[in-house]
Amino acid sequence: MKKFLRTVFLVDLIQGLWVTFHYQRPKYRCTEQYPAERPRVAERYRGAPRLNINPENGETLCISCNLCALACPENLIVVTSERNEQTRRKDLTTFIYDTSRCMFCGLCEDACPVDALELTQDFELATYSREGQIWDRQMLEEGPKPTEYKY
Amino acid sequence: MPDTTFLDSSELVINMGPQHPSTHGVLRVVLKLDGEKVLGTDCVIGYLHRGVEKIGENRTYQQFAPYVDRMDYCAAVSNGLGYCLAVEKLLNVEATPRAQVVRVILTELNRMASHLIWLGTHALDIGAITPLFYVMREREAILAIYEKYCGARLTTHAFRIGGLQYELYDGFEQEVKAACDLILPKIEEYETLLTGNRIWISRTKGVGILNADDCKAYGVTGPMLRAAGVKWDLRKAQPYSGYEQYDFEIPTGANGDTYDRYLVRMEEMRQAARIVRQAVDKIPVGPIMAKIPKVIKPPVGEVYVSIEAPKGELGYLIVSDGSPQPYRVRVRPPSFVNLQSLDRMARGALIADVVAIIGTIDIVLGEVDR
Repeated sequence: MKKFLRTVFLVDLIQGLWVTFHYQRPKYRCTEQYPAERPRVAERYRGAPRLNINPENGETLCISCNLCALACPENLIVVTSERNEQTRRKDLTTFIYDTSRCMFCGLCEDACPVDALELTQDFELATYSREGQIWDRQMLEEGPKPTEYKY
Repeated sequence: MPDTTFLDSSELVINMGPQHPSTHGVLRVVLKLDGEKVLGTDCVIGYLHRGVEKIGENRTYQQFAPYVDRMDYCAAVSNGLGYCLAVEKLLNVEATPRAQVVRVILTELNRMASHLIWLGTHALDIGAITPLFYVMREREAILAIYEKYCGARLTTHAFRIGGLQYELYDGFEQEVKAACDLILPKIEEYETLLTGNRIWISRTKGVGILNADDCKAYGVTGPMLRAAGVKWDLRKAQPYSGYEQYDFEIPTGANGDTYDRYLVRMEEMRQAARIVRQAVDKIPVGPIMAKIPKVIKPPVGEVYVSIEAPKGELGYLIVSDGSPQPYRVRVRPPSFVNLQSLDRMARGALIADVVAIIGTIDIVLGEVDR
């Protein structure tokens, strides 16, 4: 009898509708209005790569050891260097990082012994061409410059 | 392949998918129909084949770890755990106690996240749109923990061979507990929406029955096997990563139908939260990485390690020839094996039930095709 009454008065459906109805309150709103409201990504976020420079003199921290290129599963980092006879060290000539093939696993930044290569919190990596995804040394040092929309 | 039909018969062969939204990706099911009734099904897979096992032969052991996350992308952490355990067994090392407890926390959170996604998509397939939005909201709490811990939300690459790469961040314990406290009452809400709902019951009860013997014959594992009444869980049967220390139940069903599988998975989420709460209280101090050489060259041999992934038994068979790269990596994905039972369950059902049955298997096509 009780079951019959519950069926007739649609108790199961009304209970469910109550759950949806009480989420109508504006304080339960949880959608992020993305371009207007930018997300705060975590500190350890693995986003766009960056090649760090010494902030005092603008020289690169990279010592051209090639460990990142060896650690990369996709072989997308190419480091070239030439030997400096005066300092007896290797000077970085080019550093190419193909972000179109990158899966942001973070193995390159783990491999870097001097913290020169880092995956940063920048996550807007869209470009108009495939060539634009291949980042050279200058791009890696400056970082991406996404358009910020004003509302 | 269903037999070819003749013009004078009333049988009809149609394709469901690969673009059908209810096939959870790019699964193509060739249906042989008599009106609305399904006479036979045939799965055509491989649309998402990326050759992950072959990639493994050309990468070092560390380099292959991020690829396994991309098989079952709803449960990337579980995949990583299985792979790391397999290589650790090959090397005969064990992760440090601290690493093991953190691994358990993250994989159980992942079980909750995976089941939440399953619940949302499965309910969406059957016609209940509301739970999808709610589960995404709750899953966000888990993904935020992943993002803070290892820097990625979906394909996490959280574990390394021998332990962990990242130390816990400040406030990890509180956030994990808060996530459990957030999700548990919400599970009750989903139950209010679905468990007693007459539409949900009539769409799921008695649909897609697979009994225990059939499950064993097909090699079906995970919640599907437990819903058929078999108390089999690798976390209890052959504990790994210290699962024997935790106190939890194995939920089982009775009838092995879609409704039972739903109840089993809901209960599994609660049990996962229970394990997480126990584990968070006893994270030991100590190193997070065992002593592992920089270049991993395991001795010649082969290992098979299986873990209880959210979808069932996830196994890795790794053959080593002594070089830094595996000779062969074979994955036993739970979705692929469970998908076999589709034909058995769908035969004789209505075409609308096929959608419910595909949803209840909980397949991820990235894992089926690999």
